[in-house]
Amino acid sequence: MTASSEFDLECEAVSKSFGPVRAVDEVSVKIPSGSFFSILGPSGCGKTTLMRMIAGFEDPSSGDIRIKGRSVVDVPPNKRNVKMVFQHLALFPMMNVYENIAYGLRCNGVGKAEIGRRVTDVLERIALPDVGERQIHQLSGGQKQRIAIARCMVLDPDVLLLDEPLGALDLKLREAMKIELKLLQHQFNTTFVYITHDQSEALVMSDRVAVMNNGRFEQIGTPQELYHRPASAFVAGFVGDANRWSGRVVEVSNPHARIETSAGLSALCALGNGQKLRPGDRVEVFVRPEFIRAERLNGAPTPDGNGLTGTVDSLLFNGANSRVLVRSKNAELIEADVTLTGGADDLKPGEAVRLSWSPEQAKCFAAEAATA
Amino acid sequence: MRQSDFRRLSLILLFAPFALWILLLIVLPHIGMGVLALREKVAPRVYEFGFGNFLEFMHEPIYWNTLIRTGSMSLLVTALALLIGFPIAYYIAKIAGPRSRGALFLVCLIPLWVSDLIRAFGWILLLRETGVISSALQAAGLIDAPVELLYNDATVVIGLVYTVILFMIVPLVSTLDGMDNAMIEAGYNLGGNGFTVLRRIIIPYAMPGIVAGCIIVFMLTAGSYLTPILLGGKYSSWFTETIYQQFITRYNWEGGAAFGFLLLAFTSAVVWIGLKLSRQTLAGTVAKS
Ligand SMILES: Nc1ncnc2c1ncn2[C@@H]1O[C@H](COP(=O)(O)OP(=O)(O)OP(=O)(O)O)[C@@H](O)[C@H]1O
Ligand SMILES: [Mg+2]
Repeated sequence: MTASSEFDLECEAVSKSFGPVRAVDEVSVKIPSGSFFSILGPSGCGKTTLMRMIAGFEDPSSGDIRIKGRSVVDVPPNKRNVKMVFQHLALFPMMNVYENIAYGLRCNGVGKAEIGRRVTDVLERIALPDVGERQIHQLSGGQKQRIAIARCMVLDPDVLLLDEPLGALDLKLREAMKIELKLLQHQFNTTFVYITHDQSEALVMSDRVAVMNNGRFEQIGTPQELYHRPASAFVAGFVGDANRWSGRVVEVSNPHARIETSAGLSALCALGNGQKLRPGDRVEVFVRPEFIRAERLNGAPTPDGNGLTGTVDSLLFNGANSRVLVRSKNAELIEADVTLTGGADDLKPGEAVRLSWSPEQAKCFAAEAATA
Repeated sequence: MRQSDFRRLSLILLFAPFALWILLLIVLPHIGMGVLALREKVAPRVYEFGFGNFLEFMHEPIYWNTLIRTGSMSLLVTALALLIGFPIAYYIAKIAGPRSRGALFLVCLIPLWVSDLIRAFGWILLLRETGVISSALQAAGLIDAPVELLYNDATVVIGLVYTVILFMIVPLVSTLDGMDNAMIEAGYNLGGNGFTVLRRIIIPYAMPGIVAGCIIVFMLTAGSYLTPILLGGKYSSWFTETIYQQFITRYNWEGGAAFGFLLLAFTSAVVWIGLKLSRQTLAGTVAKS
């Protein structure tokens, strides 16, 4: 019981198998109270299965789940104080907004006057005070979203689970809802566990993120940690954009290694966290586009570090996030961030450029068979 | 202009057979029946316009007793079909896997492949004094003398439920099928127990299907003839039998026509009350299930 105040939700070696499929594999995590925690992973990696186990709709094959320090494995779903926002929201179309929110309170036997007060209160907190009498189909996508959250939050859950709730919204609304969700979480000060396969959602909103792959948590950390110090090749490739090369270790001189990529490029790289490599090992190298400098070739000698020359293949204009695609001599395409001001100084397709990056920003990981 | 002419023409062509069918098989006979029902027999071969045929119904308690009895037994059959059909439909739509779903549906269809008559005969074989059940019970030593299981109300009700239950299951399956499983899970997640989820979420969601199934089953039952006669025997007192007697036995077409209208009016009234009580509309029910 000592941990009960510190962690709202703890999973200990939770596994789930569907026949031969191991959907969730030995997942352990402790989620501190009041934090926004995301589970990020590609489709089919077991995110929903894990969430359904927390909510009680699936029984774990093994392992333990604790909410506020109390094991809930034998507690039926309607007795767990964990509420869930479903992917398609699952609002009840035969009830109006008020009834949707009041449903959970009624189930808990709350008095009529108290229900009225709490529903009005929660509607105010989500900034939709006047929609109580509306039918569900009379709401916009973003409003439905907020009603689905209000329906859970009115019950004061220990943990709110959200299963890709923004998946059904269009891009613009999704961007707005990201910020909105974060604000709501602050306002309610409840632990949110947010599932997504969209890394930008996870990075923007979360206090901590778990990256999931093939039923396992590959890494748990703050968004910055994941981005700058990925623990595995999968995390490096999945979180944020990166140029990715496969190659072989030529020599190791801790904390660096010289790598020869399969395209023939020789580069000095930093060893990824906890990587133990020996010459001859097959590796994958990741370099983020924003760490690659692209400069017009002007004959001046470049400082030491990694680099190569090539020609600009095309410009990918996207405001502040513009990139160049550079084709190296070995016909590889490399992405690098550039500033395009619209002036005469901008790079143009066909120009010869030199790309350079520091060894610290090139991370190498032992190649795994099962990287996505 | 041309385009709209063409569209109108195709509409007419499309609806002509349908309109013809409505006209010939539904409107025309009813007009004929209406005319017949309003002819009062004052002397042999002499008729007068009047409501005598309807008044006769009012004055003869046995007629309206039969009508009330038919109505209440039909309601009972409808209720039983709903009570038995709902769990079956729920199982087919929500619990059975996609493969067994088709098989289960087919099993429900089997009774429809056999004609009414054969089906009723099957019940007779099972239930009569020398039938399978009676003999089996005797052989098992549970009873000493053969029992007659036919010709009572319970048998009629069972036979009718068996005949019509499919028409309850089909609309129920189709509405329940359209229900997102997440909605049921949300019901539990927000703290509801099994009963609450059924009462507050599943049943309200399935209401259009329930109402559609009930209307179909009620109309079919109240208008059925063969099953009550064969399983209930002489004393089944089904209103369709009364109508039949007027037409065939007593050769009183005027009376039969009037009784036919009374049955129609009665069942329509019951359906209307049912719709009002369940706060559904006929259009909404038909559209959603
Ligand atoms: N009821 C089930 N029976 C058998 N296999 C299942 C079942 N539910 C999930 N799986 C399998 O478990 C794995 C994980 O599924 P899950 O739904 O958790 O993925 P996910 O990470 O939520 O993916 P997505 O992002 O597409 O929603 C998948 O391979 C899936 O096929
Ligand atoms: Mg999922």
